[in-house]
Amino acid sequence: MSPALTVFVKECRESLRDRRVLLNSLVLGPLLGPLLFLVLMRLVVGRELEKAEQPLPVVVIHGERAPELITALRQMGLEEKPPVADAELAVREQRIDLALRVAADYGADWRAGQPAQVELIYDSSRREAHGDVERLRGMLESYSRRHGALRLLARGLSPAIATPLVVASRDTATPQARGALLFAMLPYMLVLTIFIGGIWLAVDSTAGERERQSLEPLLINPVPRDRILLGKLLATAAFSLASLTLGLLAFLLVGHFMPTEELGLSLALGPHFIAVALPMLVPLVLLICIAQILIAAFARTVREAQTYLGLAQLVPLIPSIVLSVLPVKAQLWMYAVPLLGQQLALMRLLRAEPVAAIALSLSAAATMLATLAVFALTRRLYESERLAIST
Amino acid sequence: MPTGPTRERAQPVIELHELRKSFGAVRAVDGVSFVARDGEITGLLGPNGAGKTTTLRMLYTLMRPDAGSIHVDGLSAEEEPLAVRRLLGVLPDSRGLYKRLTARENIEYFAALQGLDAATARAHTDALIDTLGMADLAARRTEGYSQGERVKTAIARALVHKPRNVVLDEPTNGLDVMATRSLREFLRRLRGEGRCVLLSTHLMQEVAALCDRIVIIAHGRVVAEGTPDELRAVAAESNLEEAFMRIITAAAPGSAAAGGAP
Repeated sequence: MSPALTVFVKECRESLRDRRVLLNSLVLGPLLGPLLFLVLMRLVVGRELEKAEQPLPVVVIHGERAPELITALRQMGLEEKPPVADAELAVREQRIDLALRVAADYGADWRAGQPAQVELIYDSSRREAHGDVERLRGMLESYSRRHGALRLLARGLSPAIATPLVVASRDTATPQARGALLFAMLPYMLVLTIFIGGIWLAVDSTAGERERQSLEPLLINPVPRDRILLGKLLATAAFSLASLTLGLLAFLLVGHFMPTEELGLSLALGPHFIAVALPMLVPLVLLICIAQILIAAFARTVREAQTYLGLAQLVPLIPSIVLSVLPVKAQLWMYAVPLLGQQLALMRLLRAEPVAAIALSLSAAATMLATLAVFALTRRLYESERLAIST
Repeated sequence: MPTGPTRERAQPVIELHELRKSFGAVRAVDGVSFVARDGEITGLLGPNGAGKTTTLRMLYTLMRPDAGSIHVDGLSAEEEPLAVRRLLGVLPDSRGLYKRLTARENIEYFAALQGLDAATARAHTDALIDTLGMADLAARRTEGYSQGERVKTAIARALVHKPRNVVLDEPTNGLDVMATRSLREFLRRLRGEGRCVLLSTHLMQEVAALCDRIVIIAHGRVVAEGTPDELRAVAAESNLEEAFMRIITAAAPGSAAAGGAP
């Protein structure tokens, strides 16, 4: 067995026996991202969407006076409740939230082309009914506008005459916009599973070995240090990759519970996504793991290493934020930037858009090159005298 | 002195010549030369901070000397560090074990890194477990081992490739009387097998009880060398401890505060 393989097997065996490592790398790491994502998605957009979708229960009084109106409202989501005797009293006593009363001369006015009256009965001091009132008002207004336009057309006039001003609302906090922002965070969540999967082994196998005074005996063996480093890198990457794989599977499951259709987003989180994303991310796994080992070897203690690596987890946030704030059009050179390239490709894959083979190759080649560079740097650190000396 | 790949008994097999090593302005090792031979236990004796650990670290190629040369069985440590490491069995200053692995797994890990195949590794491990009397703890994870059990495991993994030369840095540090006694017994056994044993210690009793040759180090330099009898004669002291103190004090540059050995 080659020395690197020996180290790899030993590191894996030792880590598999550590409950903390298992919990972090194989449970917390893969599940944290998807769960966070699901919870955020539900919290931020889910509730409002659900409300907008649900039928709107309204007590309708004298609905028979305006059958056309009621039919139209029903199509817009109104759920007719049986009338009550005294609507005002019922609302005041909070027995009902909202009532709609059609005036007695509604039919006559409508036919005469006069403004026909309907009444909304509600209590404006009751906040929770506010959304329902607005919704019903909106339905009524849209019905009114539609028929107003029809009447103008019937008289040979453009409906535009009656709309001198158009107010277009661009609420940046709409569920859709917030959903898209979260959506842009999804690649980061995936990259995070790579980080969390490798962090324990990276710390444990370098800073940890030094702190527990087992690094000096290890390095006295007749094995070149880069072999030992390679073995440790492979073990770290194996756990990281396992975490990523489990994370992808978790996202696949979570994808079913996400209100993506309501948001007008299509999340292509299927088996195809995994089949492309997983091999695409392997070079990034290696890069992140060797960077973690470098940082852990640089730190003097385990605690210090954990602090640094905790901060390092924020680095992949940068491309995510840039991508979500600045809707830049992906240029080919961006794929040559490790992290950014993978995140761009992930976004495209999630939208079920094809990623050009050249972009994928460029991303893989650039990331591997960066991996080799960091490996060379870490190797120099590994070969320094101070590495093994614990005190 | 003849050095070459062929070894004969009592030829120098570990040979250090004019070793120097500084850390910043501190000259930790300042011209150390000595030899250690097969079939002998050589003791590197000196107070704390005398440069023993640094000297040994250079010998087992963990550190590079600033100047001087090291040969083991005729091989230069500078030119062939991996080959030299293969010839040595080292119990270093730090002797941490992998606590989630059993003693046997700890030992067999090092056997594999020494390049032994699985069958040989197992056979050697079995033999060492037997010799060191650790049969009933070999299958237990090393977490919770006593100091003595830890040292035994560390020695077993250092010797699993059956090296001809054994280097131990303060091997009895932290051991109780019983464990110390059985360790000394084990080291005599290695000598009996004709191996070259080199150990460092700051304990007078250790060298008196164990060593055939003593090299006294103080302030990074060898200040005296010889058999226990020779050293007693040099210092004109019948008590070895007194001899040690006298030699060290005489070597101190303008200071007598070089003690520290209990």
